[in-house]
Amino acid sequence: MSVAAARTRRARGRRVWGQRFVLLGPGMTYWLVFFLVPVGVLIAYSFFRRGPYGGVIYEPTLKNYARALDPLYIGVLWTSVRIATVATAVALLLAYPAALFIARATSRWRVPLLVLVILPFWTSFLIRTYAWMLLLNPAGLINKLLQAVGLIDEPLPLLYNEFAVTLGLVYAYLPLMVLPIYASLERLGPQAGEASADLYASPAQTLRKVTIPLTLPGIVAGCIFVFVPSLGNFIVPDLLGGGRTVMIGNVIQQQFLQARDWPFGAVLAMSVIVLMFVVLAVQAQVLRRTQEVEDGRPA
Amino acid sequence: MSDRFFVRLLAIVAVAGLVLAACGSDDGGETPPAADDGADAAEPVDISGTTLTVSNWDAYMPKSVIKDFEEETGVTVEYAIHTTNEDIMGKLTGANGTGFDLVFVSGPFVQALTNLGWAAEIDHSQIPNIANLDAEATELPFDPGNVHSVPYTWGTTGICYRSDLVSETPSSWEVFNQAPADLQDKMTMLGTDRWLLQPALLSLGYSVNTTDAAQIDEAKQWTIAAKENLLAFDDTTFYSKLVSGEASLVQAWDGWCEYGRAEDPKNIEFVIPDEGSDLWSDTMVVLESSENKAAAYAFIDYILRPEVGKQVVEFTLYKMPNAEVMAAVDPAIVKDFPTLAISPAELFEQETQTDLGEDGTILWAEAATEIKA
Repeated sequence: MSVAAARTRRARGRRVWGQRFVLLGPGMTYWLVFFLVPVGVLIAYSFFRRGPYGGVIYEPTLKNYARALDPLYIGVLWTSVRIATVATAVALLLAYPAALFIARATSRWRVPLLVLVILPFWTSFLIRTYAWMLLLNPAGLINKLLQAVGLIDEPLPLLYNEFAVTLGLVYAYLPLMVLPIYASLERLGPQAGEASADLYASPAQTLRKVTIPLTLPGIVAGCIFVFVPSLGNFIVPDLLGGGRTVMIGNVIQQQFLQARDWPFGAVLAMSVIVLMFVVLAVQAQVLRRTQEVEDGRPA
Repeated sequence: MSDRFFVRLLAIVAVAGLVLAACGSDDGGETPPAADDGADAAEPVDISGTTLTVSNWDAYMPKSVIKDFEEETGVTVEYAIHTTNEDIMGKLTGANGTGFDLVFVSGPFVQALTNLGWAAEIDHSQIPNIANLDAEATELPFDPGNVHSVPYTWGTTGICYRSDLVSETPSSWEVFNQAPADLQDKMTMLGTDRWLLQPALLSLGYSVNTTDAAQIDEAKQWTIAAKENLLAFDDTTFYSKLVSGEASLVQAWDGWCEYGRAEDPKNIEFVIPDEGSDLWSDTMVVLESSENKAAAYAFIDYILRPEVGKQVVEFTLYKMPNAEVMAAVDPAIVKDFPTLAISPAELFEQETQTDLGEDGTILWAEAATEIKA
């Protein structure tokens, strides 16, 4: 091995690193400045005393964490997890067939169908949530219609309860469930299904034993895309829940924007971040298992 | 292949849209400190060509007023928006009390800004029109003598209701807690901490500024019981709920009740319950850090002019504590929106909201969370 060869290898190494830097640099810098630093500030704040008018007084304390263990806040967190879980499950049940339909459509229909899925994102989320208030309220369109047809005598309580909140969250994040599932279905292609049918599997068996297991990464990604923002949402519980169903996002918002208690708000925000890490760990586990299946190793 | 690329693109656009939507719109933002000319407040200061940075609630002042001020004085107004008192407090806390020349905040926050040393002492000699203020407005408990603030608007909180939908005229805050059958699930209360506990405190005969843990606890129980009778807690759309008939009776600020009356003048009424209510006031505060106090004073003085204040009142439907202004308001408007005729004396009978302090604020916030959870 000559000196020259070693030099070329080192030069190649440098080039690879240079390339990595160019590709990753901008994203990493952005992430560092606009995500990691704020989260760091949040963590730091959570260990200090609140300032009387917002801000913090730099006296270390663990009181904020002790306070978060109060059953009041644990209860709110539990409600949030429950609502977000139900919303995710409903979104999955609605999205999987829809994604399957789109994936099986002829290629000239696929793009228009996908555009329809994301079309709602082109208007403000706030306006769409207000629109739901118009639809669901006791004197609203849905109740009026049902009364006119004679299906009900008294208006149904559709608004300002947990049902409305769940509905609002499903509506808001459904496209985020459809897209990753569609992507994984499309990646799978029709061959696996055809092979399964050749081996005399019924369509239901194919779906259960082939399609769903192989699109699990898409399902898990979709579930995370719906669960995580649902958990932290505060607009939907505020508007559609009428402020009577409180989720953790509302309490965090209240700490920062009404109670002027930044450190305690930071602790609550951290609790959501920790929950997300748990969810992401589950995802990683699922992905590894699927990878093993795909690689043909025993699961 | 291009199909797949498109899907990725869609996903990215979708997520970006979602994030943007979730963040909401905050057009105000912080603007750099204004004014280059450091001329100290000597006699006639030439303010033309300078910049004045103001932060106010959205739609709380007609745009024409700002434009006219700019034309008359040659000052450029950087007009920022805050959504709540806490919002502007957050911006100021982040910048250690700098970044604005003049901010609009509610009474309790005048105390906060003063305690932090961020509110300038107001030089009354630079605001001749301050003499137009009602006597009551010069002795508001959060800032007697207008040392650090000049009241912009004031008002009270009461019950706003549809006279055609209630069987009897409401006269007590008890209505929320002991709802007659026809009002079950037909009422809303305000959800912001300071007003959430007020019907309870007033019913129970306590101060609206109480920091007594036992009283707050009692008020909390009262409100939790009342929650069972409510349609919702609502701070923003309660008047449209009245107009649509979704609600029959709501806890409302006087001016916002008028927004409902504007759409249904025949049936919507406002009443201050027998137990009384609060007196709130939104004020103008000049910041100590401002390098253009002369322009800030000129702006305040301009707002206090009868022909300018009149435009504010007619636009916001809130009262100004300023007899000259109220006299200038079109009588037809006062006739249509009778809360504009509530006299300063009657307002002053209500208890003025003041700052709750650190411990008080925590007690109130915990009660609010527990009520809503």
